[in-house]
Amino acid sequence: MTSTQSPPRRSRLDNELRAQLAVPSRLSAGGRGGTGFGTFLASLGGTSRSVTAKIVSFAVTIAVALIAALPIVYLSGSNAQVALQALIGGSWGSPQAVAETFVQTIPLLITGLAVALAFHGGIFNIGVEGQLIIGALAAGIVGATQHLPGSLLLLASLASGMIAGALWALIPALLKAYRGVHEVVTTIMMNYIAINISTFAVTTGGPFAAKTQPSATEKVPLDAQLPVITPGTRLHAGLFIAIAVIVILMWVLYRTPAGFRLRLMGANPQAAAATGISLPRTMITAMLGSGAIAGLAGAVQVLGVYGRYFDGFSPGYGYSAIAVALLGALSPVGIAAAALFFGTLDAGAVQLQAVAGISREMVSVVSGLVVAFVAAQPAIFRLLHHLQRTVLAGRTARRAAAPVLPPPINGDNDLISAGLDNKEVL
Amino acid sequence: MDILTISLVISAIHLGVPIILPMLGGLVSERSGVMNIGLEGMMLGGALAAVAVTFITGNPWLGLLGAIVSGLLSGLILAILTVTLRGNQVVASTAINLIGAGITAALVPIIWGVDGTSPSVPKIPSMTIPGLSDLPVVGPLFSSLTAMDYGTFVLAIVVWWVLFRTDAGLRIRAVGESAESADAAGIAVVRTRFIAVMTSGAFAALGGAYLSIVTLDVFQASMTQGRGYLALAALVFGKWRVWPALAACIVFGLADAFALRSQIVGIGIPHELLLALPYVLALVALATFVGRTSAPAGVGKPFVRA
Repeated sequence: MTSTQSPPRRSRLDNELRAQLAVPSRLSAGGRGGTGFGTFLASLGGTSRSVTAKIVSFAVTIAVALIAALPIVYLSGSNAQVALQALIGGSWGSPQAVAETFVQTIPLLITGLAVALAFHGGIFNIGVEGQLIIGALAAGIVGATQHLPGSLLLLASLASGMIAGALWALIPALLKAYRGVHEVVTTIMMNYIAINISTFAVTTGGPFAAKTQPSATEKVPLDAQLPVITPGTRLHAGLFIAIAVIVILMWVLYRTPAGFRLRLMGANPQAAAATGISLPRTMITAMLGSGAIAGLAGAVQVLGVYGRYFDGFSPGYGYSAIAVALLGALSPVGIAAAALFFGTLDAGAVQLQAVAGISREMVSVVSGLVVAFVAAQPAIFRLLHHLQRTVLAGRTARRAAAPVLPPPINGDNDLISAGLDNKEVL
Repeated sequence: MDILTISLVISAIHLGVPIILPMLGGLVSERSGVMNIGLEGMMLGGALAAVAVTFITGNPWLGLLGAIVSGLLSGLILAILTVTLRGNQVVASTAINLIGAGITAALVPIIWGVDGTSPSVPKIPSMTIPGLSDLPVVGPLFSSLTAMDYGTFVLAIVVWWVLFRTDAGLRIRAVGESAESADAAGIAVVRTRFIAVMTSGAFAALGGAYLSIVTLDVFQASMTQGRGYLALAALVFGKWRVWPALAACIVFGLADAFALRSQIVGIGIPHELLLALPYVLALVALATFVGRTSAPAGVGKPFVRA
């Protein structure tokens, strides 16, 4: 977002955030992990990078990840052209394919937003997979067992998915807030527990197993499912839910005090604490929100795609979501674009396997490469910035003009740049 | 003590070793200040490399060597991302996990033309120790363990010795506590971290190889089942010390063994739920017994020479 388009409230909050960020980082050097994360978040450019810079880094990341995955294409006995044709044909080649691409995009988009919400607060929620599964299970159970009028049952199922996801995230949140246990370890443990519990719930003889369908709950009544919005395809009304989550998240993150507190905590926990923000409470709230969104993603899959809970329905949406969130630079709109990219890959993967003989696991390789590239991004920006400085400094030196440092770029001031080791201007 | 109990001990060791090996790797890496949550992905790489090399050469020992090479390679990638490029350690090691899981699953059909599971390959044989294996009660223990099991415990002693009793270990820990001070004292921070992270990759890969050519004789996509993460939990629980963390790994192995056993001997708790036991135990342990964390102070912080 450029500052010219931003409404006053947002820029005021952001200016405040920038001012907080300008606290010299030495101050926070004692905090474990805090500094690293703050600078990393800043390097993702939540507040300062221009739209062009974001689009360029998005495109470059995708291009590099796809090129880095090329060896697999050739090892599978295919070539780049055939693979690309299969991929695009399978995802955008026909109205059905486009609908399928959106079907694949929906869970990635919602889970990506879940990851991003926690990430804004400097919390690494790898437990989105477990929260998604438990949310889906809850939605499936409520939808299949409760006797309510259609739309009411739909709402109840969606809500129970969100509640289950939030509760699943609450345990790691409490452990982090009050025991100091890193959330990465605990959320992963919760993932495996969720997988085992859900398998048990619908295993033959399990408490919620369907009579005729193995490893699934009974069907949710048709009038309590999310309706198909383009007849003849699987595209369902979950798309609107996903869009609603984008809008709500943008509003919460950038227009509310809660969102401001969250982002401040992510950028500089010490500064946040110093301004009187309760870190445990902010952290727990963020995890509850993140878990609820992840649970919603699971519920949407159950009520929109399958009509019942299926064991093992998730091919790892919660893990791909990390790549989605990072590729989208944690901004809701960026995440929508990133989810569409991975949705394209997921939808095209079927053709990729059938026509080009390339394993659909290729998609997870690409998402891993995207994450690796995002991790390396600060270094790349540093390098670019360094080049820019040397070039500019060389010019000014030749002109024998006064300031050695380049003038502020993109409206950033030097104070902010000084406060953030890693934040660079493209 | 009857035969059932000793066989439970044996399976606890069999299931504990593939957690101990990555745990030792994580320990070395985190003591040097690099948080390595990529152990899971590195294990998968090692598991596949071991089977692939064994498949080609017919020799599982060469398979182990292949696993070590793949582990060093994955460690090198992580070290470049986190130490050289100073990328966020959690994000970079998540990338290792995603790439590890994806690339191994994608390579199975490329190498063997089938999806999911590789053909079987020769396993690392178990050793019978003459004399000891004839003992009453504990005898079966000495006829059913492999050189890798013994090797793992030897490795644990070596890691402990090197980290806490040698100059090299002191350097690693100094780098992990405060890279700046270590640098001021003339320690090569970058080189130390590279060696530590690559070592952790090799250990984790050996853990994966254990699963694929000792426990089983095939590679299966995502066969590690979160053991790399359990290793991390053991590390936190053991407060980054060798023996308490190793004990935690054995307990997780025991829980696993117990779950397996329950499938044969019904105990009234559904098998599917018991499979979650190691993870539940890990959570409970982290929730109750661990005080505030005592991770090496420099974990997570990239080193920039001032």
